[in-house]
Amino acid sequence: MARMNMVQALNSAMDVMLERDPRVVVLGEDVGFFGGVFRATEGLQRKYGEHRVLDTPIAEGGIIGAAIGMGANGLKPIAEIQFADYIYPGFDQIVSELARLRYRSAGEFAAPVTIRTPCGGGIRGGQTHSQSPEALFAHVCGIKVVMPSNPYDAKGLLISAIEGEDPVVFFEPKRIYNGPFDGDPHKPATPWSSHPRGEVPEGHFTVPLGRAEVVREGRDVSVLAYGTMVHVAEAAVRMAGVDAEIVDVRSIAPLDLDTLCTSVCKTGRCVVIHEATRFGGYGAELVASVQEQCFWNLEAPILRVAGWDTPYPHAFEWDYFPGPHRVAAALKSVMEAK
Amino acid sequence: MPPRSRLHVPSPPARPGQEPDFSYVQISPAGAVARPDVTARARDIEDLALQMVRVLGDDHRAVGPWNPHLEPEELQVGLRHMLLTRLFDDRMQKIQRQGRISFYIKSTGEEAVAVAAGMALTPRDMLFPSYRQQGLQVVRGRNLVDLMCQCLSNTRDMCKGRQMPIMYHWGSGNIFSISGNLATQFPQAVGWAMAAAIKGEDHIAASWIGEGSSAEADFHYAMNFAAVYQAPVILNLVNNQWAISTFQGFAGGEHNTFAQRGPGYGIPGIRVDGNDFLAVYAVTQWAAQRARQSGGPTLIEHVTYRAAAHSTSDDPSRYRPKEEWRAWPLGDPVERLKDHLIALGEWTQERHTALEKDLEAHVTACWKEAETYGTLSGGPSLDPLTMFEDIFKEMPPNLARERDEMRALRAAAQASGQSAAPRAHEG
Ligand SMILES: Cc1ncc(C[n+]2csc(CCOP(=O)(O)OP(=O)(O)O)c2C)c(N)n1
Repeated sequence: MARMNMVQALNSAMDVMLERDPRVVVLGEDVGFFGGVFRATEGLQRKYGEHRVLDTPIAEGGIIGAAIGMGANGLKPIAEIQFADYIYPGFDQIVSELARLRYRSAGEFAAPVTIRTPCGGGIRGGQTHSQSPEALFAHVCGIKVVMPSNPYDAKGLLISAIEGEDPVVFFEPKRIYNGPFDGDPHKPATPWSSHPRGEVPEGHFTVPLGRAEVVREGRDVSVLAYGTMVHVAEAAVRMAGVDAEIVDVRSIAPLDLDTLCTSVCKTGRCVVIHEATRFGGYGAELVASVQEQCFWNLEAPILRVAGWDTPYPHAFEWDYFPGPHRVAAALKSVMEAK
Repeated sequence: MPPRSRLHVPSPPARPGQEPDFSYVQISPAGAVARPDVTARARDIEDLALQMVRVLGDDHRAVGPWNPHLEPEELQVGLRHMLLTRLFDDRMQKIQRQGRISFYIKSTGEEAVAVAAGMALTPRDMLFPSYRQQGLQVVRGRNLVDLMCQCLSNTRDMCKGRQMPIMYHWGSGNIFSISGNLATQFPQAVGWAMAAAIKGEDHIAASWIGEGSSAEADFHYAMNFAAVYQAPVILNLVNNQWAISTFQGFAGGEHNTFAQRGPGYGIPGIRVDGNDFLAVYAVTQWAAQRARQSGGPTLIEHVTYRAAAHSTSDDPSRYRPKEEWRAWPLGDPVERLKDHLIALGEWTQERHTALEKDLEAHVTACWKEAETYGTLSGGPSLDPLTMFEDIFKEMPPNLARERDEMRALRAAAQASGQSAAPRAHEG
């Protein structure tokens, strides 16, 4: 075991896989010599060479398109998109090609591409360095979508994504790269080294895709969250003083509905939270799916707490961010409902 | 051994700790490149893409057919604009280092690309810059206070706190809104120019893109649309050698010049010494004249060097020799224009030092004023409820509901004594 922050855990996952599997290649803007703008690929080019860890031209459509070609030709590409906000030039390649290649060729062609991309706000990045577009990808059949909330999961899930045979869009909440963040920017940052999930095996291990995890057991209400919001949920639960069960969704698609519904049927109340905008957001899918199975157990309407339906404003980051106060208010409100 | 393919991976001539090496930059002597008529057919002037238009020689004299023969007063204005741009950049970087703004991008070493081009156009020509042409704002006479307020996201921020620093826009100054997403402005400039042609207007559009960003599909869309419709647009590609950590070879500069892409689309491609104020002015003038008389688009590759870090988040010593900029063969645009004016007998070091002092004082005064409209840590601040405005022309009900919800949350927070949200940039 070693203490790792999230960036180190991701780096370690790629290191392990580059070492174990000669088919694995890494490509993206500034990922090679420089080691990536967030340093997630630091040292990998030096270790594995320029043919396996490639700097690319600035062209996300080109990066994804080339990764598809490489994947179809027997490699296992890990493509980094520097910010999720810059994934859109590659959107057509992901939606029309990557997601459907296996289906349209009746299984004869497929491209096992993993796309890593930092998402989320809280770093003063304004509208072009803060987005959480997971719902856009969750809506596409044929790609898996993942968002870890801690270094241990980040490494285990990334290895699963790389080892799998299907394309994965792997969102990395950049605000928690260096430490868990509970939504209060006034507090001094806590490092991952003081968090149990900052303990990460150095070698190979996996966390399976498609499984949610109960990170806090409770009886009164279930909070469904992922990424940074898992930590915000913990703070909100303390603030609201309720005995809440927090479920880290982790795998956005495919979704582990069993774990979610088991929890909600038990508690009878549910709050769904994410940082992304609310309207048409992934929370809507969670609410709909959960109520289909848990309707007769519910004591109150399921509430959503999410980013406002606006672009992420530079000046009002903390008014925009669905912080612990808003989540706590929703928890109290579902508890009061009769 | 049977033949096998092998992947070619471009590598820059020098990495940290190595000697800078710019031998790959092909440079024509000043005055050596012929200046064709603006009506020339693209295919007859393809060699412009391979040579380098230069006017200022090593002896600081202006020579050759591209000499725009500007009056000394105009040259002095150009020098002043470039110097102001540089001092503004230096100040804003310092201010960022003190934590008083969140981010900044300098244009140091590339001032001529914006300033000379901006001066060769008319104020009604529409500009679509990237984030590194603040010189255009200076040329168009923008109050620096406005730029500073944008960087501060304060009560006088033209973007109402919605954009990161340097993502300016200026409707009345005919400068389009700067995007954080690379290359998107290029086809938009073409569309704007097409509209000007549809409406039969006499002004044109100009856009700027980094050589790194020219790898994006948007660059190629722009080139093809511009060629197909012969749009009145100037497409400037700023080859400053580096795109964050990747050198220009990764954008395709190893095998051809960037200007050579023009002829491939049937567009004249001109390669110019981007640190030569007079040369940049002259080729812009040529392209503008051509566009105004229905001659269509021109691609201009400005060969320059990004002397500063990519941004305040970047540390270039990790990927290029620290002193690489000193070895840059095309010198510094400010110094070269200054030396030219001195050679003409129209400038002195004393006047230069005095001008620098004046401009410094001006920047200081502007910053003092900007701060009175609010800073990150105090003073007046924008109303967060404005974040719901301007998403649509009319606010739809879901946004109105969210705005009311936020208003209630803020009121409740105030009543309970906690701050609902810390000030804009803390934490
Ligand atoms: C679509 C998109 N992809 C990636 C980025 C991240 N990014 C910002 S600037 C930059 C480098 C641009 O280099 P270049 O075009 O050469 O311009 P320069 O910064 O050198 O002026 C990158 C990769 C972005 N802003 N937008």
